[in-house]
Amino acid sequence: MALLQIAEPGESAAPHEHKLAVGIDLGTTNSLVATVRSGLTVVLNDELGRPLLPSVVRYGKAGNVEVGYEAQRQQSLDARNTIVSVKRFMGRGKADIANLEAIPYDFVEAPGMVRLRTDAGEKSPVEVSSEILKALRARAEASLGGDLVGAVITVPAYFDDAQRQATKDAAKLAGLNVLRLLNEPTAAAIAYGLDNGSEGVYAVYDLGGGTFDISILHLSKGVFEVLATGGDSALGGDDFDHRIYCWILQESKLSPLSSGDARLLLTRAREAKEYLTFHGEAPISARLSTGEMVDLTLTTQIFNDITQTLTMKTLQAVKKALRDAGMTASDIKGVVMVGGATRMPQIQRAVGEFFRREPLNNLDPDKVVAIGAAMQANLLAGNRAAGDDWLLLDVIPLSLGLETMGGLVEKVIPRNSTIPAARAQEFTTFKDGQTAMAVHVVQGERELVSDCRSLARFELRGIPPMVAGAARIRVTFQVDADGLLSVAAREQTTGVEASITVKPSYGLSDDEVASMLKDSMEHAKDDAFRRALKEAQVEAERLIEAVRAALLSDGELLSPEEKARVEAAITRLHSTALGENRRHITLAMDDLEAETKDFAARRMDKSIRRAFAGKTVDEIEQTTKENQA
Amino acid sequence: MDFNADHFTLMGLPRVFRIDSAALDKRYRELQAEVHPDRFAHAGDTEKRLSLQWATKVNEAYQTLKKPLPRAKYLLHVAGHDVGAENNTAMPADFLMEQMEWREGVAEARSAGNHHELEHLHHRLGEQMRGAYDELGDLFDNAPDYATAADRVRRLMFLEKLLHEIDDAIVALEEE
Repeated sequence: MALLQIAEPGESAAPHEHKLAVGIDLGTTNSLVATVRSGLTVVLNDELGRPLLPSVVRYGKAGNVEVGYEAQRQQSLDARNTIVSVKRFMGRGKADIANLEAIPYDFVEAPGMVRLRTDAGEKSPVEVSSEILKALRARAEASLGGDLVGAVITVPAYFDDAQRQATKDAAKLAGLNVLRLLNEPTAAAIAYGLDNGSEGVYAVYDLGGGTFDISILHLSKGVFEVLATGGDSALGGDDFDHRIYCWILQESKLSPLSSGDARLLLTRAREAKEYLTFHGEAPISARLSTGEMVDLTLTTQIFNDITQTLTMKTLQAVKKALRDAGMTASDIKGVVMVGGATRMPQIQRAVGEFFRREPLNNLDPDKVVAIGAAMQANLLAGNRAAGDDWLLLDVIPLSLGLETMGGLVEKVIPRNSTIPAARAQEFTTFKDGQTAMAVHVVQGERELVSDCRSLARFELRGIPPMVAGAARIRVTFQVDADGLLSVAAREQTTGVEASITVKPSYGLSDDEVASMLKDSMEHAKDDAFRRALKEAQVEAERLIEAVRAALLSDGELLSPEEKARVEAAITRLHSTALGENRRHITLAMDDLEAETKDFAARRMDKSIRRAFAGKTVDEIEQTTKENQA
Repeated sequence: MDFNADHFTLMGLPRVFRIDSAALDKRYRELQAEVHPDRFAHAGDTEKRLSLQWATKVNEAYQTLKKPLPRAKYLLHVAGHDVGAENNTAMPADFLMEQMEWREGVAEARSAGNHHELEHLHHRLGEQMRGAYDELGDLFDNAPDYATAADRVRRLMFLEKLLHEIDDAIVALEEE
């Protein structure tokens, strides 16, 4: 006989119902997807049992798209249409890209972010990245046998706002519900810390294919607190390959190369670098399309010499992060090595010498980020019980500020501020009768606007005419838990309110994402209408579930009448979601949100009181002990 | 809990300068454990927004109270004695003279590439500041004298900036 299941109060109505959530490491060279299944964190392999997906996308003339190994095989033959290391172009203009001459793509300058001209048309790095994410999503759904409720996507800690926004847009375009953008070193710390039960201050040295991060974290029972982070979002294993490539050109005295030959030699360079991890010297040979032959031997000594400045550059960033954290190398209990490029012996040695301790390598440096991301996704999806969880406190890597008179930057939120964070700054008008004000938002550490990254410009209009200096314009910065910024400006002195909230301009507007989504679906001969309806239904289901869980744990905060109204709104949404009218579903969702607004506020209040209650218990214990003494 | 409560109330601490920093750290984590957006990643939009607002506020309260200078400024603010950094920049001549001497010392050590001297200046200034913060504790907690406290806070603002400049000079030397 089947027994009825009764949920414990405060727990989900269906505790056995495990929500499918994944962690995705969207890397410069390789990408991975991982999940927590039956309590174990596993990297999901492809049908051939391979965990990595090369971050390579090839666009064919017929509009066909290849991703991963299949695309990688074609990269020398069809270099122009085969995009590798697209992460380097995310949120970047043409002027930002280093070694442009060695990259065989047809770049098109576009506002905010470069585009790439391929046989299938112009592609933005966001679209290219979304192809990689779509492939990982398909892999996960096939492997887990269901739709994903969401994903945690990792980004380099040193990614600025433009790069983060671009990553989030790519995920949206791939149809993923982003639970959180998570910093790569922080993800590694979760995987490492939970695995080893570590306590104390740790450094995470993360040298990936195209990015370098250093994070200093304080680990204590269930809390991962980032103290400082630093790095270089354009420094990675690729640069070591490029040094070898330049050495090959110099030694072989080669004439200008075709894009296919350049790609071939870069591949040979990478192979030589990997070979040197286990051998004292690496042979490099290649036959170019011109008939010229390359035949060289790269020794460890030469490799160390030509990459010495790159290694030093990473250690400078380590020093700066330590200073920001108020620590010295001797305060660090352990150094976790992350990223395939940390396999290079000279990196292991340099880091070991700097911290005067053996770096920790007991987790696979290629997988550790995806594993940490999967653990966080499992937590955020609500698969873990309260008490059996952990808290992550991360920071922004670069200061956020505003342009003031004379092209100077006024910092509003300094780097290494714990997020979410908000700060308001007041400005005034410069001329009598001034009715508009230009607001220019920048990110970076330098004093001059021209040395920082421009994030957004907008105008606040409708300021009532006043004498110069009388208006009070309050500009508020809000950074959310993904590290993403929104800015609002508002005139304070008069009843007239002029306010605007901007999303930084490099990002795609929601309309643009929607239209790209539509294009890609039409292209795939998918039924766009069906797809959009399905998404709305999933959204509605998600909301109903969240409200039901809230009712179950905190239902006593509502009067019977209020509770009945919420239940009725749930029922309405539920029946609307069974129908096929997407607009009605959205309206019913808004309706339920409105009915639960007060409830949400009361629940938050209860949460805060709970934090205080914790203190009272401690105080009682304290008093008892004192009385006993 | 009122969203507009002051930072001390939010952190469950008495309104004093000499705070129990272990209690502050503990309360900070307890509060974030309840309100952080990670707790609401699968919740509705209203709850997400509330969580963002509360977590932001808790971070702000913690950052303000954790370090002595912002804590002192905040104590003056809640006592109705704002530091008035913008309108009240006139400092006594002897203090300004002393500042000039410090700055000259730093500039000299910097241009001579004297790392050791910079570390020495850093240490000396640190000692001086510790004494000044100690005095602030008396001015706030023992026999409150907000006018004098505001003056000491203004001085400390200069000193913190100077300390930062010495740090920058040390960094610049290391990077050369």
